[in-house]
Amino acid sequence: MGELLPLMLQGAWVTLQITFWASLLAIACAVLGALGRLSPFAPLRWFSITYIEVFRGTSLLVQLFWLYFVLPMPPFHVELSAFSVAVLGLGLHIGAYGAEVMRGAIRSVAPGQYEASLALNMTPLTRFRRIILPQALLAAIPPGTNLLIELLKNTSLVSLITLSDLAFRARQLDQATFMTLEIFGLTLVLYFLMAQAINLAMRLVERRLGRGRIKGGLA
Amino acid sequence: MSMQQRFDDSPMVRPSRRDGSAEPLVRFDQVTKRYGSLTVLDQLNLEVSPGEKVAIIGPSGSGKSTLLRALMTLETIDDGVIEVDGEPLTHMPTAGGHLIPANARHQRRIRGRIGMVFQSFNLFPHMNALQNVIEAPVQVLGMSKAEASQRGEELLAMVGLEDKLGHYPAQLSGGQQQRVAIARALAMRPKVMLFDEVTSALDPELCGEVLNVIRQLGEAHNLTMLMVTHQMGFAREFADRVCFFYKGRIHEQGTPEELFGNPREERTQAFLSAVNEAH
Ligand SMILES: Nc1ncnc2c1ncn2[C@@H]1O[C@H](COP(=O)(O)OP(=O)(O)OP(=O)(O)O)[C@@H](O)[C@H]1O
Ligand SMILES: [Mg+2]
Repeated sequence: MGELLPLMLQGAWVTLQITFWASLLAIACAVLGALGRLSPFAPLRWFSITYIEVFRGTSLLVQLFWLYFVLPMPPFHVELSAFSVAVLGLGLHIGAYGAEVMRGAIRSVAPGQYEASLALNMTPLTRFRRIILPQALLAAIPPGTNLLIELLKNTSLVSLITLSDLAFRARQLDQATFMTLEIFGLTLVLYFLMAQAINLAMRLVERRLGRGRIKGGLA
Repeated sequence: MSMQQRFDDSPMVRPSRRDGSAEPLVRFDQVTKRYGSLTVLDQLNLEVSPGEKVAIIGPSGSGKSTLLRALMTLETIDDGVIEVDGEPLTHMPTAGGHLIPANARHQRRIRGRIGMVFQSFNLFPHMNALQNVIEAPVQVLGMSKAEASQRGEELLAMVGLEDKLGHYPAQLSGGQQQRVAIARALAMRPKVMLFDEVTSALDPELCGEVLNVIRQLGEAHNLTMLMVTHQMGFAREFADRVCFFYKGRIHEQGTPEELFGNPREERTQAFLSAVNEAH
């Protein structure tokens, strides 16, 4: 067990890094995708809809394969490291689901908030950045937390594009040592802890965004 | 201070608009607003002088809110012109003197002269009282945070909330929230303030504190006010002029004494007696 742990933790570290960067990308994609969908400018709307439907409508594994195996070939010639592909693929994939969550959250902000912002002569950008987004993010936190945990779980696919994440290390060590119960038990615990870390982080963000508001975000 | 006096001061024939003395601050000229086949404002004319306090009363659905919302640019209008301080709100003149639909910049410039307080307060729930008040001065007027905060504290003190600066809307009573909303609108230094049934969402015992603030505002500042209200008592004591709305038009108007004491139109009489009965 003593020799197992460092390798397992190495795998967990890879998983954690991918999850972290992909989450940031997913959140950015979610906000921008939702904004695009709600934009009065039609080409922007179509672009967002295409993004959302393509990434929701096809399998993550195939998306990863595309980014990793197809993009380097002609006519694209885009070669990305396995790690970048993992972050990009997971971020775009979960971001597409997130965009729909954000769209709902933005629309859930009371119309009176738009009216008050307009009456105070705010520009649309100020209104979105300072008034609408903080409230929409708060509303998006419960479904958003689910999506980020989903993202964490989906990281186990990255071993198929050569990354040594936690799930990959577990299988590798299992084949080498046959300590099946210990290894997969530990794997379970590590994934669980990471999911709890996401929960906790999101709870902290919720507390920050929801400061002064009745719990649950509805003031 | 009465309407009569105001009229006596100004000649019957409008002075040439250039001299400015009798220039209305707000002017609705043949303004029409429709929702589908429903005409909500029907070729409406209204002029409000600087410093004048106008109360707007009338039955539900007669277009009172729409009038204020059109002036605040929350609604577009289908016909006519609204002018604020001599400049059209939804249109702008070209070099050749033609009116074309206003661009965003022109609208923002004119809109800056108007402030509005809503029935449902519409405070920003993620900001405390002071943050609510300083948000627009900082973000829109580019005021420094220190300056905005100092003014914000003064304004909140003026509405009697100097001890609630750090309270969030969820921690304030309706009356307190509405007073923050008034301070927030005033922080933008509007020339015209619009009040749309600002006490209707409040328990009766909380109305007084909000009305007191408005009363005080009217006395202390030369602020022009348009107020939609169901509180005839307040309209009577506070307003220079009362407009009775009916079906998208001003059906009758006059000083509070005239309109409440001696309404000429049948509709006005019916409305006022119905209101009196309800109380
Ligand atoms: N967005 C809208 N779409 C369709 N009809 C609308 C819309 N907004 C208002 N109306 C209609 O326009 C009419 C005038 O509405 P408005 O809100 O101006 O009335 P009001 O005089 O303020 O009434 P109240 O005293 O009930 O507030 C009403 O018949 C209302 O149903
Ligand atoms: Mg109304």
